[in-house]
Amino acid sequence: MSTTVEATKEIAAIPSFTVTLMVRRFDPENDDEPKWQDFDVTMFGTDRVLDALHKIKWEIDGSLTFRRSCAHGVCGSDAMRINGRNRLACKTLIKDLDISQPIYVEPIKGLKVEKDLVVDMEPFYKAYRDVKPFLIASDKPAAERIQSPEDRARFEDTTKCILCAACTTSCPVFWTDNQYFGPAAIVNAHRFIFDSRDEAAEVRLDILNDKEGVWRCRTTFNCTEACPRGIEVTKAIAEVKQAVLRGRR
Amino acid sequence: MSVVIEQPNQPRSRKGAQWEKRAWIFMRVSGLLLIFLILGHLMVNLVLPERGVKSIDFAFVAGKWASPFWQVYDGIMLWLALIHGTNGMRTLVNDYSEREWVRKTLNVSLWVVAIALIILGTLVITTFDPCIDPDVETYLPNVCKP
Ligand code: HEM
Ligand code: SF4
Ligand code: FES
Repeated sequence: MSTTVEATKEIAAIPSFTVTLMVRRFDPENDDEPKWQDFDVTMFGTDRVLDALHKIKWEIDGSLTFRRSCAHGVCGSDAMRINGRNRLACKTLIKDLDISQPIYVEPIKGLKVEKDLVVDMEPFYKAYRDVKPFLIASDKPAAERIQSPEDRARFEDTTKCILCAACTTSCPVFWTDNQYFGPAAIVNAHRFIFDSRDEAAEVRLDILNDKEGVWRCRTTFNCTEACPRGIEVTKAIAEVKQAVLRGRR
Repeated sequence: MSVVIEQPNQPRSRKGAQWEKRAWIFMRVSGLLLIFLILGHLMVNLVLPERGVKSIDFAFVAGKWASPFWQVYDGIMLWLALIHGTNGMRTLVNDYSEREWVRKTLNVSLWVVAIALIILGTLVITTFDPCIDPDVETYLPNVCKP
């Protein structure tokens, strides 16, 4: 009994604060233009932007629309623009932001907004599918395909992608040119181009040696800054550029 | 036994793909050369002359272009800078123009202007004649004697 009381006291001791969230809202049935709406919520130091959005949806305005699944940085559903930077709402602690100012939450840029923070991801997935993000091998081995640790390390970084689109929608080239494959598609091509078990590196390099392929990249590093998995996206793109110039991986 | 995997997607439009690669390489090679060409150009025209920028006049230019070295030097700089700059502007046009006809029009205009400037500039460098100035004998002795 007494331990429960102690524990409750301890929770109550966690300092709380009131913070304003400015959320970019768009209701396709009633709005011509997206608009900002502000919400004041009381949050704790352990809360993330996703918790604030939950609080708004569950306690203030049930119509607030956003995607999330795992809530723990695994599924890649809740990339959004938080204070002008692409972040996962579930990995962004509110206390790490400047809470003396309102926190601005917008949908990721460059994809069509469907409602509030939900965008149409299809162009993003189309670019992903176009780079053939699967193993292509001509043989059918009876056992697993053996790979040395060195060969595996070659593409370790790009296996970490969760397809959240934070990188692609932080890229100024993608904002203005929707045909550009975008960083995420190139990252996932890199994943297979540099895999020693794969046999279609040349095919993927040919696909990315396109008017809208790797040459569109202008090395702004926005993608690397945005990636919630800490993937060195710009470096991966540069490696693919080099491989296209060589004509092989 | 071998499995043939069907290709679910065909690449996007292949038009101009090699050109995009060549343009990318050109921007880097020309940029690298331009660093040295422009630094040399600024040194010789602005830093080394005793009176700095004030020493640039008709005679200064005439003196430089009397030498094949400076004709070639300035010619390379002219061609590289104009093609580099115009191709860079093409990138910006592709970034910002949404309508196809706007993009086409701007890009065609860019190259028309660049080609005109390259032709005019090359003509000036290669056919420059100091003797059109009647006073030329006062500062460049013996260049116009028949
Ligand atoms: C000093 C030596 C120079 C170097 C090292 C250099 C280098 C570069 C490089 C590497 C790019 C490609 C950027 C990218 O694709 O991400 C570029 C773009 C560009 N350059 Fe140069 N350049 C130089 C001089 C010039 C000059 C003299 C001009 C103008 C005549 C010029 C105009 C441009 C323009 C308009 C772009 C496109 C900008 C963009 O892509 O955002 N550059 N330069
Ligand atoms: S590379 Fe990073 S930012 Fe881009 S989609 Fe993958 S996880 Fe998201
Ligand atoms: S909700 Fe799954 S990554 Fe944030």
